[in-house]
Amino acid sequence: MIELLLSIWNLVPEALQTLLIIILKIVVIAVPIMLSVAYITLAERKVIGFIQVRIGPNRVGPRGLLQPIADGLKLMMKEVIIPTNANRFLFVIAPLLALAPALACWAVIPFADGWVLADIDAGLLYVLALSSLGVYGLIIAGWASNSKYAFLGSIRSAAQMVSYEIAMGFALVGVLMAAGSMNLSAIIESQSGSFLHWFWLPLFPLFLVYFIAGLAETNRAPFDVAEGESEIVAGFHVEYSGMAFALFFLAEYANMILISILTAIMFMGGWLSPFQGIPLLEDLFAFVPGIVWILAKTSFLLFLFLWFRATFPRYRYDQVMRLGWKVFIPITIVWILVIGVGVMAELGPWFD
Amino acid sequence: MSKVQYYLKSFLLWELLLGLKLTGKYFFKTKITVQYPEEKTPQSNRFRGLHALRRYPNGEERCIACKLCEAVCPALAITIDAEPRDDGSRRTTRYDIDLFKCIYCGFCEEACPVDAIVETRVFEYTFESRDESVMTKEKLLAHGDVHEKQIAADRAQDAKFR
Repeated sequence: MIELLLSIWNLVPEALQTLLIIILKIVVIAVPIMLSVAYITLAERKVIGFIQVRIGPNRVGPRGLLQPIADGLKLMMKEVIIPTNANRFLFVIAPLLALAPALACWAVIPFADGWVLADIDAGLLYVLALSSLGVYGLIIAGWASNSKYAFLGSIRSAAQMVSYEIAMGFALVGVLMAAGSMNLSAIIESQSGSFLHWFWLPLFPLFLVYFIAGLAETNRAPFDVAEGESEIVAGFHVEYSGMAFALFFLAEYANMILISILTAIMFMGGWLSPFQGIPLLEDLFAFVPGIVWILAKTSFLLFLFLWFRATFPRYRYDQVMRLGWKVFIPITIVWILVIGVGVMAELGPWFD
Repeated sequence: MSKVQYYLKSFLLWELLLGLKLTGKYFFKTKITVQYPEEKTPQSNRFRGLHALRRYPNGEERCIACKLCEAVCPALAITIDAEPRDDGSRRTTRYDIDLFKCIYCGFCEEACPVDAIVETRVFEYTFESRDESVMTKEKLLAHGDVHEKQIAADRAQDAKFR
């Protein structure tokens, strides 16, 4: 049976073979992402519920585990309403523009040693470029809707993205100075040693700035001014319904996971075990594969996303801008200088 | 000094961490949700739900068509027609409560001199068409017959406060 399949496989021309393998790899990455996006919506409702002393959804399926499926089905059944005088083409293409970059970023994410779809040396640049493309989806959505609330929302998100992109970019600069590479796998490798070798310690301010700017970048509470339910209804996606709305939702949550996994890679040692370098525990946990560690770190950061949402009220719009321009950018610039000095002095244990 | 303290606090995200600590504590607290169809909150004996007309133990209906309830009803939900019955006693021929108008204030029950119209503990009812929303005399009496025991017990418990 296997030989038969192999012989059929060998008949396939080589170019097609590589294409098929790449498509297979994409499916293997994209499907779990979509599933985890679905279940993060449930986790979010559960976590926020728990923090508000409620129990959250528990009716659909055992302990509410089928809730995301029910939500998805509901959205798929609904009509996609296109408002009068909306730009139909842009209106339809905007959700795709929001989702596609969020998924495309995953190409360079290393899940474990060597487990990466595209092991390119400009990985960090690629991530930065694609994650800033996502904002076009929001801007186009707000503009194409022909609605003032949507337009206000997209103006806000554009301004916010531009402001936080800079701080985020500087934080990444710090990381690549410390690691001496833009390849994400190499960044993780350069953190090996022990959990004190991870970059969260030497780059602590950048770690905080990156994560908080990531919150702002994904339009999550407390930086969800682009959505601002209480001020501008739902911001850029007021006019969206059905599957088009669902795509924005998917994009937001896919971006959340992406920011979390990037933070885990750049500041928390990616697939490296936290017990590395500790005599007894290292051997005890040696059997745990790297992907478990990176997923655990990502899940922890995702939990922080939900925890923050349940804790903090929305920033006032001008304070968002103040924080971005007057606090984060100076901090990152100062800390880049500090890192520069550290790298020049070959300060151990991180920069030697 | 205080300025240094202020900057130190804001850069260490002190207030934010305090907030996170609070919500983190609530995350592990016992949840207070009442899961409605399976669990229910306790009901007062003064609960004002769906109406009923009561009877005396011998089966005679209590209502004497004095129309006090109709007069006191702030929502004008009650409509009463009355005629002398064959045995000469005054009785209603029509006793309608429009449940869409009714605000469940309980004034009818308070106004009633013979404790005929009462509001019961029943609150889980639905209508599938508009005309079902009117409780007619037959429906009210039948409802009262079903719940008489509970109604009597609730009134007995409340008697000393009236």
